[in-house]
Amino acid sequence: MPLVLFSLALLLVSSALSLSFSGSPARARAFGVIGAVGAALAGLPAAAGVLFSGRAETLSLPWPVPMGSLSLSLDPLAAFFLVPLFLLTGLAAVYGAGYMERYEASGRAAPAWAQFNLLTASMALVLLAANAVLFMTGWELMALSSFLLVLFEGEKKQARRAGFIYLAVGAGGALLLLAAFGLLAAPSGSLDFSSFLRPTGARAAAVFLIALTGFGLKAGFMPLHVWLPEAHPAAPSHVSAVMSGVMIKMGVYGLLRTLGFLAPWPEWWGALVLVLGAVSALGGVLFALAQHDLKRLLAYSSIENIGIILLGLGLGMIGLSRGSAALAALGLAGALLHAFNHSLFKGLLFMGAGAVIHSAGLGELEALGGLSKKMPRTSACFLAGSASITALPPFNGFVGEFLIYLAAFRALLDGRATAHWGAAALLALAAAGALAGGCFAKAFGSVFLGEPRSTKCSAAHDPGAPMLAAMYALAAACLAAGLLSPFLLLPLANAADAAFPGAGAALYALAALPVAFVSAGFSALCGLLALAAALRAWLMCRRGYAEGPTWDCGYARPTARMQYGASSFSQPLTDFFQPLLRSLGREPEIRGYFPSGASFSTEAQALVYNKIYSPAAHRVRELAYRFTWLQHGRLQIYILYIVLTLLALLLWKL
Amino acid sequence: MRPALHFLAALLLAPLLPGVINRVKAFFGGRRGQPLLQLYYDLFKLAGKTPVYSRTTTWVFRASPAAGLAALLAAAAALPFAGAGPLFGFEGDLVLVVYLLGLARFLTVLAALDTGSAFEGMGASREMQFAVFAEPAFFLCLAALAHITGSLSFSGIFAALTGDTWRTAAPVLALLTASLFIVLLAENSRVPADDPNTHLELTMIHEVMVLDHSGPDLACILYGAALKLWLFSSLIAGMLLPRAGGGAYEGALYLGVMLGVTGAVGVTESAMARLRLLKVPYMLITAFAFAALALIFQLGR
Repeated sequence: MPLVLFSLALLLVSSALSLSFSGSPARARAFGVIGAVGAALAGLPAAAGVLFSGRAETLSLPWPVPMGSLSLSLDPLAAFFLVPLFLLTGLAAVYGAGYMERYEASGRAAPAWAQFNLLTASMALVLLAANAVLFMTGWELMALSSFLLVLFEGEKKQARRAGFIYLAVGAGGALLLLAAFGLLAAPSGSLDFSSFLRPTGARAAAVFLIALTGFGLKAGFMPLHVWLPEAHPAAPSHVSAVMSGVMIKMGVYGLLRTLGFLAPWPEWWGALVLVLGAVSALGGVLFALAQHDLKRLLAYSSIENIGIILLGLGLGMIGLSRGSAALAALGLAGALLHAFNHSLFKGLLFMGAGAVIHSAGLGELEALGGLSKKMPRTSACFLAGSASITALPPFNGFVGEFLIYLAAFRALLDGRATAHWGAAALLALAAAGALAGGCFAKAFGSVFLGEPRSTKCSAAHDPGAPMLAAMYALAAACLAAGLLSPFLLLPLANAADAAFPGAGAALYALAALPVAFVSAGFSALCGLLALAAALRAWLMCRRGYAEGPTWDCGYARPTARMQYGASSFSQPLTDFFQPLLRSLGREPEIRGYFPSGASFSTEAQALVYNKIYSPAAHRVRELAYRFTWLQHGRLQIYILYIVLTLLALLLWKL
Repeated sequence: MRPALHFLAALLLAPLLPGVINRVKAFFGGRRGQPLLQLYYDLFKLAGKTPVYSRTTTWVFRASPAAGLAALLAAAAALPFAGAGPLFGFEGDLVLVVYLLGLARFLTVLAALDTGSAFEGMGASREMQFAVFAEPAFFLCLAALAHITGSLSFSGIFAALTGDTWRTAAPVLALLTASLFIVLLAENSRVPADDPNTHLELTMIHEVMVLDHSGPDLACILYGAALKLWLFSSLIAGMLLPRAGGGAYEGALYLGVMLGVTGAVGVTESAMARLRLLKVPYMLITAFAFAALALIFQLGR
């Protein structure tokens, strides 16, 4: 605990220092990086210690805020989320040192460093808080600092729009959470987590639904995801990595905590979570497939991965309410492990995308191509990330999904009551997995392989040492977490125990052997890869090779314009799912015998936003116009409102 | 010792299967056809050739064939033969095998995209599209098999499938066989999903993706394809042939059934025309429907 507190303090101090040295960007950067890396170095051993020992550490100090208390608790569940938080923010800061350099002249970098470290500190506070007031403080600081980072390039209309949507969604979510905490605190009258009692009857269900929506708005599962594909691409790339890798997991963490207050649950809660997960996994990856922009594609893929996490969580909840310890342990452990893995590979992918945008100047898939010759190191890292996110052996993505698969099979075999849920989860996972393969083959293929599709990326080059180092570290972590997955079981079991008591032992009994075999299989695969490479080298050693143009079926002068584009690659699938995607295409009208220049465009719509949220927001605004007489913009009147409200509250309490 | 021998047998005999298909097709076409061992000769010849690489390609293109073969070898090591245990098996190895096949596919697709050719990109795009329909169908088949036998490993499943299972759950197993056979046709790029012998690059799927490979790389790809065919026919043979105590006799019978499955592929290719490209997903959805029906029957049993 003292080490984690030290990290928190370091982050806050460095944030303040970065802000105060905004006149000299180099110093602001130094403070930002030292703060983030130092906090990570101090916080990681502390969190890992709690994870491996399984013992929670608490701290309680008096705090003169009404209803609040400065009670912090570092239990294995919080520690399980703290580890990727510190790991990713530390590496993202190193990456950011290179990435932000070009913004330093404009004076924008220093505030961004302050906001970045504040974001890290607030997320750590959310994880540590054992009191609702403290939790909401952290939560709102997190929303605020990330909102400012989304507005980093606020001169762009797109970024301002993203920022506004993000702010509105964040405020709505926070209101819901206040309501949920209020309902939880009502029986005991205290806002300390330890004194929360399970509300009775329909009230418990109400808390669950409110918390699911409130935390879901942060986690970004469908249909609450509207802000995610707007806000994540707008932020600088190392911040996108942290937002997608860690921040949306705060929603998952909050949901897990709240579920802890509400146990035991009826079965339909788990079923609801599972259905949301299936919708989100399939919908997220389908929309990802239809994107043209690299960072938007990655953002939609985060929605898919949150869906996969919810699939595991839903299976675990169904298992617990059915009294099946096996199902509960496998489902929950799968969800937790996938959350951890996702922060590694999604962080890596966003950093890779950032490196491309940084050096090529654009992230438009149709204009990129052939970058693996110009940026070989970045392309190797991005390939590792793509293989991890499509759950291909021997990378880490497979292991988390493997546990969820085991849970789904367990539900299928456990009996008729859960069999259909198992089958549904299995199908959603398999289909999402296959679609993700197509999605990332498209992303990697159209950015790094083939010939450049335009001259815009001709100046691309590998980024500098700090950015590369961060990507190498994450790529190595992805491989290591796959090959050494049995070593993750102990922390996983401890974290699972903290969320669902008793799940840890069941996890050991069920998953230890399969996971050991998976890791053995991964090693065997690596051995076979080495063997195949050696065989090929032996066959080639005396011979060398000849070079020529690509065999384009006899056509000797293929050009880059004849290549298959990114949209063409995904077109068979996007066409097939057109009723769901509703992408818009504008085809040229061809007239006359010698038609002049024509243009063709397709646009992947943000369907849920355009069809549901935008009309709803419009309706709300119309309603709000009727109350314009309340809003004068005159400060005195607003102060009067506040005084009247306080007076009313006072009278009510008297 | 026996699993290792079985694995070795799979490695040695796999290139026989495409030869069987070719001979069956030749028989229906009234031709004499190429020698049964043609693929062995081809592999030997290709291994000694100098490869030609396109100037567009990178290390991804060069590494992909050998790495894909390694993935398929790993998958083959987890598959049982004639009811005997595999080299490598555990609860949940089903999932690992499916994803190893996915790894091989992913690598082939990336190598195709690396050439920058329109034709190969087209093939890659179609391969990924078909995988989206074939993979869930395959998973449903495995789920139904797991439910019938109560096991999550190939060895457990095929050890528990006996003549009795066929007596009590014949409709389920028949549906699953049909579904797996369709998946086999699509995954191994056979007619009616794909035509390995077409002369027009525009209509190929798998073959067009490997147009640019040559020499030892092409040998890896051809051998990998034979191994994949072996894998799927071994799955179907394992379902069709109830366990009968083991022994050399059963091994021979099993091999016979596998050759029968590949013969059936040859008959299908001879009797059917290739489907229109747009219809292939419907065929795969049929496989999916068969598997879903089988699972529903099984759950209701």
